[in-house]
Amino acid sequence: MHPAASVIVFTTLSGAGLGMLAWLGFDSTPSTGWGAFGYYFIAFALAVGGLISSTFHLGHPERAMKAFTQWRTSWLSREGVCAVLALSIMGLYAAGLIFLGEAYAILGWIGAILSLGTVYTTSMIYGQLATIPRWNTPFTSLLYLTFAIAGGALLTGKVTIALVLLVAAAFVQVIWWKKGDTAFADRGSNLGTATGLGDRGAVRSLAHPHTSPNYLMREFIHIVGRKHAQKLRVISLVLMAGVPVVLLALFPVSHFIALLAVLSHLAGVATSRWLFFAEAEHTVGIYYGMR
Amino acid sequence: MTDLPTSTEKKLGLVIDLDTCVGCHACVISCKGWNTENYGAPLSDQRPYGEEPMGTFLNRVHSYEVKAEGQVAQTVHFPKSCLHCENAPCVTVCPTGASYKRQEDGIVLVNESSCIGCGLCAWACPYGARELDQAEGVMKKCTLCVDRIYNENLPEVDREPACVRTCPAGARHFGDFADPESHVSKLTAERGGMDLMPELGTAPVNKYLPPRVKDSWDDESVLAPFLEPVAQEPKGFMSWLDKQLSRLPGDVKEMEGAE
Ligand code: SF4
Ligand code: SF4
Ligand code: SF4
Repeated sequence: MHPAASVIVFTTLSGAGLGMLAWLGFDSTPSTGWGAFGYYFIAFALAVGGLISSTFHLGHPERAMKAFTQWRTSWLSREGVCAVLALSIMGLYAAGLIFLGEAYAILGWIGAILSLGTVYTTSMIYGQLATIPRWNTPFTSLLYLTFAIAGGALLTGKVTIALVLLVAAAFVQVIWWKKGDTAFADRGSNLGTATGLGDRGAVRSLAHPHTSPNYLMREFIHIVGRKHAQKLRVISLVLMAGVPVVLLALFPVSHFIALLAVLSHLAGVATSRWLFFAEAEHTVGIYYGMR
Repeated sequence: MTDLPTSTEKKLGLVIDLDTCVGCHACVISCKGWNTENYGAPLSDQRPYGEEPMGTFLNRVHSYEVKAEGQVAQTVHFPKSCLHCENAPCVTVCPTGASYKRQEDGIVLVNESSCIGCGLCAWACPYGARELDQAEGVMKKCTLCVDRIYNENLPEVDREPACVRTCPAGARHFGDFADPESHVSKLTAERGGMDLMPELGTAPVNKYLPPRVKDSWDDESVLAPFLEPVAQEPKGFMSWLDKQLSRLPGDVKEMEGAE
């Protein structure tokens, strides 16, 4: 799959922002006033910034309101609905904390659940696609949720929990990669099944229908980027979990150390998301004799 | 709504005969010709005369080689357009309701004025049957020529999809698969019509007819009995003429020293 920058930025930033909102909503001893403002400002900036960037790849962003209508069948529509509800309710909860100094706990709980729900709906947009076997597993949701919760813990300064969750996220990531590497072959789709000619012999693509790449090839077949995949996996793990864990475990926590840890974590998540797309093989590639 | 209908009254679709398709791409051109000036936005081209030209097409023809162990390789031309799946994953993923499957005839269509061009439906289609138009930013796909098949302004003979009407080899057939007596249902039954990637559970309506079994070099031709020499030995006047001519010098057999 083509790794579109807008979608990588969106899933990375929104994931972290929504993870942060979940921790803030569940917090039983929330800070109020200016202290709360700082946290909520960062969380909303990440979540909303990500969501806005996700509209950049649309052909007709001006019709985006229509995307709220099909929640009965479409995970993309559910994501939109869930995101708006989560941000509105967390907005109310935050306003209570900041301006009134009151914690309406029930709002916080509902908002936190909706925030995680939004991350889940995002993961299901990818996880539902049988055409991309690497994504088509419940582990994709686990991956997105652990990343969001770990990033949220890091951003809300929950150092001990963050340490545990970052290591857990790294584990989930490795398992997801391992499963993903055989997923396409396990699904059993190949030129034989794609053309129905498989039982007559070996099928091979002789000529493409067109002489230069079309929308399908640009969108679904991304072979160049896979060249350095193994190295990027290591880099991603080191940045996402390794560096933040070392920083938090070895140095006394300061704003500067926390900032470094957060930046490294986000860069690692973005690398992981780039690989998420670049390494994903779509069944359309089969028709072109490629993956 | 992007709910799929539980069943459709008709199941309109195509039968594509891989035995007779000659790979001429006439269906590709007639499809583009009809659809660029009818249903919805035109089918744009990018850099049509420049480097790396690209454009939107609703039907494309691949070419494959099939080779069994110890057999000669066979070329199979393979036209591919939307299969109007009964269990269309492209429809249910659409967030706006732009993609839908019609209850009356099963045709899968895009309402372009609702489409936000998110591309998710193209991601969900296993077959590469949907292309996002680069100029309009909306999703384009085969309409089964919905603006021809019911069009009373066209002569009756033209009320079938442009690709079917144009195919010089008769490799594309249009009809209702819900009717077991239809031309397409019979062809599918007789020739073993196949689904593409059945393992993905999309239940395509369109069916592909496999190439017929070809003869091999070692088989006796069915025409052999008709090709036997008509007369082994000349009779009557021809026999007399043969003898007389053989007496003259210059007979082939003599020259080769055969006798
Ligand atoms: S072939 Fe693709 S676009 Fe057509 S109905 Fe099936 S899944 Fe949808
Ligand atoms: S590209 Fe258009 S038709 Fe396809 S899923 Fe998005 S809104 Fe629906
Ligand atoms: S039915 Fe019409 S739109 Fe579909 S491939 Fe044929 S010509 Fe193109």
